[in-house]
Order: sequence, then C-alpha cells, then structure tokens
Amino acid sequence: MAKTISRRIFLKVSATGGALVIGGYLPGLHETGTAEAASLFEPNVWVKIGADDSITIMLSQLEMGQGVMTSMPMLVAEELDVDFKKIKTEWVPADPKYGNPNFGGAQLTAGSNSVRGMWKVLREAGATARAMLITAAAQTWSVADNTLNTENGEVVHRASGRRMRYGSLVDRAAALPVPKTVSLKSPKEFRLLGQPTPRLDIPEKVNGKAVFGIDVKRPGMLTARVVRCPVFGGKVESFNSDKAKAVPGVRQVVKISSGVAVVADNYWAASKGAQVLDVKWNEGPLANLSSVEIMKKYAVLAEQTGKIARNNGDAPAAVKNNSRSFERVFEVPFLAHACMEPMNCTADVRADRCDVWVPTQGQTASHEAAVAASGLPGKAVNIYTTYLGGGFGRRGEADFVTDAVETSKAVGKPVKVVWTREDDIQHDFYRPITYIRMWGAIDGSGKPVAFMQRMVQQSLMKRLGPLPPDGVDRISVDGSATLPYDIPNIRVEFIETDPGVPYGFWRSVGASVQGYVVEAFIDELATTAGKDPYQFRHDLLSKAPRHRAVLDLVAEKSGWGKPLPAGHARGIAVMEAFGSIVGQVAEVSVTNGAVRVHKLWCAVDTGWVINPDTIKAQMEGGTLYGLTAALKGEITIQNGRVTQHHFNDYQMIRHNDAPEVEVHIVPSTETPGGIGEPSTAIAAGALVNAIAAATGKRIYKLPIRPEQLRG
Amino acid sequence: MISLTINGKQYDVDVSADTPLLWVIRDTIGLTGTKFGCGLQQCGACTVHLDGVAVRSCGVPVSSVGAKKVTTIEGLSAASSHPLQLAWIAEQVPQCGYCQSGQLMSAAALLAKKTKPTDADIDAAMSGNICRCGTYQRIRRAIHRAAGA
Repeated sequence: MAKTISRRIFLKVSATGGALVIGGYLPGLHETGTAEAASLFEPNVWVKIGADDSITIMLSQLEMGQGVMTSMPMLVAEELDVDFKKIKTEWVPADPKYGNPNFGGAQLTAGSNSVRGMWKVLREAGATARAMLITAAAQTWSVADNTLNTENGEVVHRASGRRMRYGSLVDRAAALPVPKTVSLKSPKEFRLLGQPTPRLDIPEKVNGKAVFGIDVKRPGMLTARVVRCPVFGGKVESFNSDKAKAVPGVRQVVKISSGVAVVADNYWAASKGAQVLDVKWNEGPLANLSSVEIMKKYAVLAEQTGKIARNNGDAPAAVKNNSRSFERVFEVPFLAHACMEPMNCTADVRADRCDVWVPTQGQTASHEAAVAASGLPGKAVNIYTTYLGGGFGRRGEADFVTDAVETSKAVGKPVKVVWTREDDIQHDFYRPITYIRMWGAIDGSGKPVAFMQRMVQQSLMKRLGPLPPDGVDRISVDGSATLPYDIPNIRVEFIETDPGVPYGFWRSVGASVQGYVVEAFIDELATTAGKDPYQFRHDLLSKAPRHRAVLDLVAEKSGWGKPLPAGHARGIAVMEAFGSIVGQVAEVSVTNGAVRVHKLWCAVDTGWVINPDTIKAQMEGGTLYGLTAALKGEITIQNGRVTQHHFNDYQMIRHNDAPEVEVHIVPSTETPGGIGEPSTAIAAGALVNAIAAATGKRIYKLPIRPEQLRG
Repeated sequence: MISLTINGKQYDVDVSADTPLLWVIRDTIGLTGTKFGCGLQQCGACTVHLDGVAVRSCGVPVSSVGAKKVTTIEGLSAASSHPLQLAWIAEQVPQCGYCQSGQLMSAAALLAKKTKPTDADIDAAMSGNICRCGTYQRIRRAIHRAAGA
C-alpha cells in the first residue's frame, strides 16, 4: 500500500557486512520520512524482518486488478508464519534480481504467470527466513532446531513454552549462512493459503487515494498528447506547429518516433493544441489495408496444408471416408484491449539519468524501451511502477514508455504523456484476426472419430522470438493442440502470415480464439450425433479426470438438464487454459436476434488455492471480458485505419446487460494454475452453444450480430 | 478567475472557460481520484456530484459550474466511512480500481435519491459507468448491502 512506502534507509545487518539498502520507494510520490537506522534481517530479496518485528515483503508482479499485491505476499507469509494483517509491502523497481522464472528472469506480469512463476520462489523465501529464525532461536536457547515451532511471528520452544519474537532474533539470524534447501508445507498444513483474505489494495481504491500512472506528478512536469498517423506504420512527413503553439499553455511541439507530441502545462491545453496541429503524413505501404481483404487472403491461405501442431491417427482419411463428416469455417476479428486507464507514462530524462513512472505489466520491457529512447546506459535508467488501470496484455507493450522518454528528452523537462481513448482504440496491439477451418466425423454409433483444425493467424509467439523448428505457434493452438477429448483421429495445423497490423497479447491470447472455436465445434459434433452436449463431453473425457470433474461440477451447479423458463436454453463448455481447467454453462434467451445472457456458472480446478475470493473475482470478471468480445467486440480496418474510435463504436458490456457469474472452485492439491485468463478464453464457447440450443443457429463468426440470429 | 466550491473548500482557478471540470479537478486542484477514461461522457470514470447530482465531469465546462457545489470521491466521506465505501470493501468490489471512484459517485447519487434501489434502479443509474474488469455483480451486491437490503 502506498502509505506504507515511506523513504527509509535501512542498515542491513548481514553476514557480508553492513551494506546500505534503499527500499523501492517511489520518489516524489510519497512523503519523505526521517532516515532511520534499524537492524534488519534480509535473508533474500523478497523479505525483510526488522528488529521492531516489521515484516516487509517485496512486490514485483504488478497489480492490475488480479490480486497479486495480496496473493504474492500471502505465499511468503504462509511459510514465514506471520500475521498477514501486520505485513507491509513494497514495490520493487526494474531489477533482474526480482525476475519471474517463467519469463527467463524478466519482470513481467502476463500469461497468468504470477502464481505459476512465483509460488515456489516466494514460498521458499518465506521458508528460508523462518528456518534461519528457528536456528537463531535454537542457538540462543541452546536447543535443537527440531524442538522449535513458529507461530504468528514468534519462535516457540515446544517443551518449555518459551517464546521469542522474530524481531528479537534478527541480528543473530542475519549472521547465519542461508540454507541451500528448505522444506515447504504440504497444502493440508496451510493456515493462510486457501482462506478468503481481504485484498490490500482495496481500501485505497474506494477513496481516490490509489495512485495510477496517470496520477503521477513531478515537480515542473509538463503534459503531452501525441498526434499519431491514423494509418499503421505511417510517418510524419512534415508538420506546422503555429496554430498549436498559439493555444495558451502549449509550450513545445516536438516530433517523436510515434508522431508529434504537443507539450503543454496541462492535459487540456495539450489536447486543444493537438486538435489544431497541422501534420502531413506519409501513410506508407499499409494505406490500402482492409480487414475484409485480410480475411479473404486468409481463406486462400487455408487451402494449403499448415504446419502440424498435433497429429493422432489419420484425421484427413477419417473425414474423407466417413459419410457423417462435415466442415465448418470460423472467423474471429481483431480486438482492442480498452483498459479503463488510457495508456500513459511519465519520464524525466536528464543528461545523466532517466526516471520513468509507468503503469506497466513489464518492468524489464519498460526499462529496455527507456534505455533505447534515452540513449543512456541501463544503470542510469530507473523504472518505478504504479497501480495499473487495467492491463489485459496491452501494458506488456512499452510504446507509451518510448513516447514519454523521447518527449522528455526533446523538451528537457519531466513529461507525462497521456493517450486519448481514440489513441487507445486505434493504436493498439490487437488480438489477431483469425480464420479457422474445422472438420469432424461421427461414426454409426454417434462417436466422434475425427477432429481436424487448420488455422491462419499472425504468430503470437513471434512477438517473443522465433518460432520453433516445427513452425508451430504453440500459443495460437492453445486449446486445440491440447484437445482433451478421446477422439482417435486428431490433427491440428497452423498457418502463419502477417498482413502488418500491430498485434499482441490480449487476455487469454490464443485460447481466446480456441475456447470458442473448439468448444463450438465439439458442441456441433454432439448435436449432430444426437447426443446431449454435456454427456457427449463427459463420455469423451475418460482419460482427462480433472476436465471431467470440472465439467460434472458445472453441469450439476447449473442444473443441467432441468426445466428452464420458456425461451431459455443452456450451453456448456470445458477446456484447459494457463494450467487451470475451467468449465462454464451459460443460460440465454434470444428475442428477435437480441441475445440476453441470464446467468453463467463457472467451475474451475486451479490446483491449491491462495485467495479463493480472488479466484472468484477473476472468474467473474474474466468471463465478462470474454462475453463482451463475443457479443460486441470487433476492430475493423479500412484504408489502413481502424474504423472504430471510442466506446460508442467499440462497445462494452455495462451494468444493465451484465449477467451474474456463479463460481465454484474444485478442491485440489495440484500445482497451481493461472487464473486471470481461463474464464475469458471459455466465455464465448458456452455462450454460442447456449444460443445454438435456443435458436438452432450455430455461430461461426464473432462478434454475434442480431442479423445472424434472425429469420 | 473562476470560483469553485469543491468538497466544501473554495478555489479560485485561472483556467480557460472551456476547460472541462475534470481537468480542473485533476490538473489544477490536484485531486486525482476522479479519473479520465474517455473524454466523451461514455465511460463514467470522471463522475462527480454537482449539488448532489451525478455528472460526467469531462463534459462539464468549468465556466458552467457556477455556485453549484462539487463533490469528488475525496469528499464523499471522512475516512472512507460512507456506507457505500464500507460495502465496497465488504464485497471486495474493486479489481484494477480505476473506474471505482466514478462507480461510487454514481451509486452515492442513486442512494441519496432512493434509499432502497431495485435492480432496475441500479441498471438505470449505473449503466453509464463502464468497468472493464467486470465487477458489476459485486457493485450491485454492494449497493444493496449499503442500502441495508
């Protein structure tokens, strides 16, 4: 919590001597307290224990609503045996020592990898500290380590009942060697993990005190708005800043790599200046691009065989030789992320240093962008993070960092660059448009004997690095190549192409497409076979017990098979995504083409649980994110430009059409899975299957339009 | 100079008359709890009260405020004690939190008018406030909780 981040200089007492350690405070954002010196036990980079019994846990995974500010320290506190209500947290700067092992040590909050990447690191950090405190107490009392327990921030000698506070042991503990291995609790020993725990960030999110990137203030700071070429890849040919500079409050107008920055005393002046700025653009080679043409080209590409992502049996032969086989074509559009907080970044570039305050998902990527834009050495560039007003993958990019650093460097002052909503919708890294051919076949007894997919898409993996030698993008086929159903002939093919539209990671990424396509197609196989869609899936999941348990639970909780009000119908879907198994049932009705979603049920097996209410919140919100896309979301491109501008033509689900999502968590001791994305991936699947049950009409193209359902 | 009363305090601000109240609150006064989400009155992140009525401050020119009393999230209560703020915490409503100032201000204006709002009342009063994290059902529960339902 911001209030706890005061500027303190701690004297580190350690085996290596008294080095000064400065915490990850946010310069300028918080009151500067009196420097204090205190003994501090810092057995690793994640936890600091003070002589005053203070427990400070460092935060590297960033808070964008998914609850990591609470779940990450819970992992440390569980093993450390401390009262969670008494811990303090501190955000760390960009620094490799805080990297997430799931990203090769980069600091990145993405891909539902906070818990999955960090749980072991953080539990070991807590367990290591606890083991050293026990040894320190054992030495103090001249007893064996194994005669001692810990409880709520104290070491307890079982036989005598003697107790010592952790704070009283810090000097002795700090002098001990750090153990190389520690044992972790088994899930049944958990006291804190699994308990609904109030989130640490919520109190300051109900009174306006939470500091987001857009709220950052620096002495002498100016505010900038960047005018960008409406065509992807277009460049500034020339500009005339006379009219913009005539706006009171506008200070400077400077060319940067993404366009022209109008720099002013405040946002309104920058905005007015931007509106009257004359820019001549060189629109570049993409000025004729259209999403309709892109999809047509993808359809042609899909005539060819793709790279093989999965191949069991002989699916093409099974399709060809079966009288009950069919082909369907699915299309999904580009999507923007539309975080509530528009992209922004504040930078202060000096001759010898560069400080950046940014709501980012990736400290490492932000650091790299700031180093490149400032031209300064890495150690002269500091990244400080804030709360994120939504991320959803958009804030894993660093284009807004480049904007701010280039602008600050050009004007020689601290500058906050704030994007408009139009910038946000029109200059995103979009969930890629996708064309998918599906083939299936059913035998005489109604069993599916073939499942075949051929997808055409920009390669998401290529944003991270080259494709593997087999040419298959595993991110794109997340959900099809991992098909859990017991079908003898399965083939999944991937065809990569790139029309040049900026694309990237949109909440649930490849699975955002596959959760829809695969589960809609499986559902059509079921109804074509004359089977109940739940029973059909259940029967095919004999080799996937976790999937089957999730499917059974969500069917039971939703009252699958029980009578419904007239006009209502249910749809079901199940999949694995980001290491969790998620099942969903949607109940809908359709009137004159208009879809009403009455309620959704979610079941999830995400392994052992840290904060169950956070899991529920993520299932609720992630479902609505996917539902919004399925019902409303489409970015189209004409003449190289995005057609949509704003929330009026890129619409969101609102209070009046948001259904309740009822969440059930499967008790599990499996390794934890991700939770921020699975429900987004599956939402469209259950929805379109419910629509098919209500209307008899299958949805092959998103978003769902009333025209598809009328007549 | 334009005179404004914000959260019971008087401010004289030297800004152009067309400046939206939102940017006066954020950039000139320095109260950043009120958020910029769209600038076209479509998302509700900038919702404040003018004499108790919820308005989108991004669409209110500062010159039109006059003597009306402005209340922002910072002025909703002392020490986060408004029943809605307590309910927001009890129901663990916020995720990213960016829209929540606006959600709370819209809800507070609703509760001031209707002490026991129905779901239809909530739909009518709250549908101008977008939440991208999808906290709608918790917001609904929290409003009912605050209303003592």
